[in-house]
Amino acid sequence: MSDNSYLDMQLLRFTTAGSVDDGKSTLIGRLLFDSKSIFEDQLESVESSSSKRGLDHIDLALLTDGLKDEREQGITIDVAYRYFATPKRKFIIADTPGHIQYTRNMVTGASTANLALILLDARHGVVEQTCRHSFIASLLQIPHLVVCVNKMDLVDYSEERFNEIVAEYKEFASKLNVNDIRFVPISALHGDNVVNRSEHTDWYNGETLLHTLENIHIDSDQDHVNARFPVQTVIRPKNDAYHDYRGYAGRIAGGIYKPGDDVLVLPSGFSSKIKSIDTLDGPVDEAFSPMSVTITLEDDIDISRGDMIVRPNNQPEVSQDLDVMLCWLNNRPAQPRAKYIIRHTTNEARCMIKEVLYKVNINTLHRVEDDKNISMNDIVRVKLRSTKPLFIDEYNDNRNTGSIILVDESTNETVAAGMIRL
Amino acid sequence: MRYTLTHLKELEAEAIYVIREVFAQFENPAILFSGGKDSIVLTHLAKKAFWPAKIPFPLVHIDTGHNFPETMEFRDNLVQELGVRLIVGSVQKSIDDGAVQEETGKNASRNALQTVTLLDSIESNGIDAAMGGARRDEEKARAKERFFSHRDDFGQWDPKNQRPELWNLFNGKKNMGEHFRVFPISNWTEMDVWQYILLENIAIPSLYIAHERKVVWRNNTWLPVSEYITLEDNEKVETKMIRFRTLGDITITGGVESEADTLEKIVQEVASARQTERGNRADDKRGETAMEDRKKQGYF
Repeated sequence: MSDNSYLDMQLLRFTTAGSVDDGKSTLIGRLLFDSKSIFEDQLESVESSSSKRGLDHIDLALLTDGLKDEREQGITIDVAYRYFATPKRKFIIADTPGHIQYTRNMVTGASTANLALILLDARHGVVEQTCRHSFIASLLQIPHLVVCVNKMDLVDYSEERFNEIVAEYKEFASKLNVNDIRFVPISALHGDNVVNRSEHTDWYNGETLLHTLENIHIDSDQDHVNARFPVQTVIRPKNDAYHDYRGYAGRIAGGIYKPGDDVLVLPSGFSSKIKSIDTLDGPVDEAFSPMSVTITLEDDIDISRGDMIVRPNNQPEVSQDLDVMLCWLNNRPAQPRAKYIIRHTTNEARCMIKEVLYKVNINTLHRVEDDKNISMNDIVRVKLRSTKPLFIDEYNDNRNTGSIILVDESTNETVAAGMIRL
Repeated sequence: MRYTLTHLKELEAEAIYVIREVFAQFENPAILFSGGKDSIVLTHLAKKAFWPAKIPFPLVHIDTGHNFPETMEFRDNLVQELGVRLIVGSVQKSIDDGAVQEETGKNASRNALQTVTLLDSIESNGIDAAMGGARRDEEKARAKERFFSHRDDFGQWDPKNQRPELWNLFNGKKNMGEHFRVFPISNWTEMDVWQYILLENIAIPSLYIAHERKVVWRNNTWLPVSEYITLEDNEKVETKMIRFRTLGDITITGGVESEADTLEKIVQEVASARQTERGNRADDKRGETAMEDRKKQGYF
């Protein structure tokens, strides 16, 4: 990296999904390796670990499996985060295991991703796992999908085979709610079309994987329409210089805010105007998602954590009854009519699962209506009732104000993740 | 106007959000401050999170007694400038009290002993959220770490039983006696930290900048000569242009030969580095899973 290019780099978060042997770790290793993001001592350590295990090649998967148990068993246990950068972008990879607990881990990795890499084996084409992963990506509303048809070397870089798989995938994906799907024929092992263009696929005119990652348009991934500002905490310096200062600190969850804007505070319903939007670097003329700022208002209103500052003419739903697609993350199944803590933006309440509408069979995408049990990795549509009103949006409109988690009061564990439907 | 943030501004916004969540969700949080660049950046971000109010947390320094004098001076100046409380946990005191036994031998270090002192300081000060400047790119075990990392009542980390973390919804619920470690700059890399220090013009200890130092070549690194290091007969003290990429205990922090005497040059040097920053940390070379093992016991 040179000059001041770092001042203009964007951040892209992506998640990777694929079956156990589809070459996910190899692909990540390849991206890091070919983009020169692996350090010599890391490589040395992987080399020595590989030879200790009696391997005659460097196992790039050892680069990504960090825990003792993972290395011993050769599997990935939990989501890990990896980083690399090119002069254009910085990348955060949520490296999710394709193994057991797939749904839970994939949901975790997918929740913040701009893009999902779906890996499949060119010999096997679209398999059950591919469908599952794509469904979760669509459920979590990851804006962009890149389907990497891997191991092209094992099908002689056949254009016909690639087109077959693309057609097969498109047919399946017509049932999903994803707008942007791309396909790249690659060999992660040999590096074809990952960072460098392949000599073996002269029939392929598309971009390499890295080129796509570097250039895909992500400016519109944030909701810049619906102004939503959940208050995290109130700033009261109470010192001489700022004796009467009262600022509302938070991270903009949607929309654009400017000084002078008319605003409305939920749940009180009081209205006021934005006096200033402050940061340590000085006041700003404009603030948008995902900025962390402090807002001051013209009027003294009682506002506390969990309240939301919105626009009078664009308000979220205010409701105690939520229709939610829930992914159960915990070993302990959901207890019927049990109470959980619900967290939504900076708000917290207690809630009850009132009704299970149906369970989704994530292999067939069919609704199962006669099974009301909720256990680990299940995706279910439920009705929740919370003890106080929450200020909600449809998840598909805003991932920040449309998402919830449930916490078990007895274990304090995060047991479920939910996406709100309106 | 483009409604998009640069990667550094997005990372900054994320970290400020996490720091404010800590303030809102916990009774008695603190910042673990080592005097290294990561905890300095963390402290700077905490300043941003609460401005124009003061940082509402104390800084906790685990003092191994084997410090670089520059680090101590820097720490005391910063605490004064910010007007925050400083809590010092002393490894020497833990040794004197008999809580821990000092290592002996040529490569003896007080690094492992810090864990006991850290856990004691957390407990005796009633800290329920200890924020640290750890980054996931530092080490493979750290890559698995959550922003909000739950510790049981022995201060232990259980990598197999971590809470899933989705969207921006952080769960800080815990039982009495348990605490959290929180890592607001999890998603930053070494490069991000240096670029941010340059961009924000953040003061750092002079140790990070190349200058002439007395060092000795040991374990493939330039170890600084100090009163805590015993020289072998075949080792000789040399004067070199040295800077440090990480700062820890003076007995284990290896320096690199460098001409980088400005922040700009450091950023350039880091960009072309072929070794990770922890490549010169003796404590990580003690085994393939040295960091994971220490973390399970409650290490920072």
